[in-house]
Amino acid sequence: MRWTPATLLFFAFAVPSVCAQRNSDCLVCHGQQGLTDTAGHSVSIDAQRQKTSVHGSLPCTGCHTDIKGYPHPTRVATVNCSVCHSDEAKDVSASIHAQAAANVCTACHGDPHAIVPVKDPQSPVYALNIPRTCGSCHANPQMARKFGLPNVYSMYMDSIHGLALTKDGLLVAASCTSCHGTHRILSHTNADSRTYRANIPDTCGTCHAGPKASYFAGIHGQLLKAGDTDAPVCSNCHTAHQIARVETASWQEQTSSTCGSCHKQNYATYLDTFHAQISALSYVETAHCWNCHRHHDILLASDPHSSVAPANLIATCGQCHQGANASFVTFHPHADPMDAQSFPALHFAAIFMNLLLLGVFGFFGLHTILWFIRSAFDRREGGGPSGGA
Amino acid sequence: MSPNGTSDRARRRVEGTAVAAEPTYYSRFTLGQRYLHGVIMATFMGLAFTGMVLRFSHSGWAHAVALGVGGFTAILFWHKFCAVILTVAFLIHLGDMGYRGIFQGQRGIFWGPNSMVPRLKDLQDLYGHFRWFVWLGPRPKFDRFAYWEKFDYWAVFWGMGIIGISGYAMWFAPFFARFVPGSWLNIALLIHGEEALLAVWFIFAIHFFNTHLRPGSFPMDLVIFTGRMTEEELKEKHPEEYQRLVETGQLQSVLASSPQLWLKNFGRTVGVVVVLSGFVLLVLTLVTFFRGR
Repeated sequence: MRWTPATLLFFAFAVPSVCAQRNSDCLVCHGQQGLTDTAGHSVSIDAQRQKTSVHGSLPCTGCHTDIKGYPHPTRVATVNCSVCHSDEAKDVSASIHAQAAANVCTACHGDPHAIVPVKDPQSPVYALNIPRTCGSCHANPQMARKFGLPNVYSMYMDSIHGLALTKDGLLVAASCTSCHGTHRILSHTNADSRTYRANIPDTCGTCHAGPKASYFAGIHGQLLKAGDTDAPVCSNCHTAHQIARVETASWQEQTSSTCGSCHKQNYATYLDTFHAQISALSYVETAHCWNCHRHHDILLASDPHSSVAPANLIATCGQCHQGANASFVTFHPHADPMDAQSFPALHFAAIFMNLLLLGVFGFFGLHTILWFIRSAFDRREGGGPSGGA
Repeated sequence: MSPNGTSDRARRRVEGTAVAAEPTYYSRFTLGQRYLHGVIMATFMGLAFTGMVLRFSHSGWAHAVALGVGGFTAILFWHKFCAVILTVAFLIHLGDMGYRGIFQGQRGIFWGPNSMVPRLKDLQDLYGHFRWFVWLGPRPKFDRFAYWEKFDYWAVFWGMGIIGISGYAMWFAPFFARFVPGSWLNIALLIHGEEALLAVWFIFAIHFFNTHLRPGSFPMDLVIFTGRMTEEELKEKHPEEYQRLVETGQLQSVLASSPQLWLKNFGRTVGVVVVLSGFVLLVLTLVTFFRGR
């Protein structure tokens, strides 16, 4: 809450006028358990919780401004939080949630008479409670269908962020609001959104400052900075809600196909190599794309700082291949046997082997078939145990 | 071995007494040759299964086999394990050939009817065999080693050289790169895989048919296990050799006792297991190869 002129006016005039109406007067009726209005909704208040809430010092009529005395009308106006919380109200009305909920404040902050500070573990917007609070709508399949949203709640709960938050209770673990913001949540298609493609490195970089710095040093980050909207951002490789531990074999196994979803030609030639063949057998110690090209700070081979720059190949290959020397690194891990221009010797070997296979199997295939037919005929005619002499 | 007993049987056959239950056997392979074939067969099966799992690692069956034996590390261990034994067997064979051919002066190893070295007759037999296939001529009279048997031998010989050298080049890649350009390792990987496909498909389709599955030998030619073949088979399959042995009076010198029952059963069991597992691998690799990755 900020001390705006409106708030000051409110306290200057409204508060003294309602002081005649003390909270204890209201609680004579509303302090009773089970009190309901004519429509059957509960209108009883837990006086103790109200007193210790953030609004405990405020008079009832501070929010219920249309009540001037007793008896009050049966229908009372909806409380307008924006009178005090004007900045938050402005943010919410600009957000995607403006059209989502009728009581948009209480949908997240809960019972208005029992609102506790955000740092209080009882608060529905306490860091560890955020996923459950957001999940009250976003884990709802009907709601997901209505707005065409994926069920991100279960994805998040199984992700490294979700596990850190719910299992380890880490307050620093990213929850929904860490990435999406709080009151001013915008669609990811909105250029101002924290989850808009081009803003994602900054959003993730709020916590992951190291990877952010090396990402922008690398070719992907440089392309993004230069305005290439197709340049991959964090979520292209790590996903948004299913982020896994990078140490796990299951994650490492699929990293190459992730790179391959853009780098199709290089992925195809990688698949022909021994590196890829043994990766398919779940051998994670083999070279994936990032073992040679690195991950966040990937550089073009023409850049002398690149791990795959000619001068750095011995060190890069030598990570696994002890004794790698200048000759060894002339091995081409993306050689294409069908590319006669770039790899003439390999191309010739491939053509030779193909012709050899075709020749041998063509000749002996025919030989075998003819032999089978001829000796089968001979045996039917009783030509002897060996198919006739 | 009881030479007296066998010559009795031989005499009875020569006299025209049809004794179907007790055929006369003649020696074809020595014990050493049978052991050599056994070692080559066992290590080849090991190399083929582990190698094809690596070659077609993207397929479900390869993944399952790899998981079954303990993952890539186990696959590569057994591949290298079999490779080393096969290499030793190959070197022993080379040494044996060299010793007998050069030091003992057995020139027959390098040429003549008992040699594996091709001669003009092999081409004539090949031509004649094709003519026989299409009812254009009589069946050629094959000698001790028919042309397809020589091809089998040299295919394995060439295959072991090519696959072996390229395999060791990849195994000790940084060491090899001291002597040859590293870009040759690209070629080594390519020809190792292609030559292996050639070898595996050739053995499991062509060799198995030629020696075991063709009418006349089906279901199993036990000669490589027992080392002996009946007089009937010798006349049938190697008439030229039989005729020469008779003419030179050497037939008695290759006379052998009947193979023991256990040996025949051993050969049948091993043979059936190997031929069937070879057929399974043949089908799996062919399907994966032609369906693409």
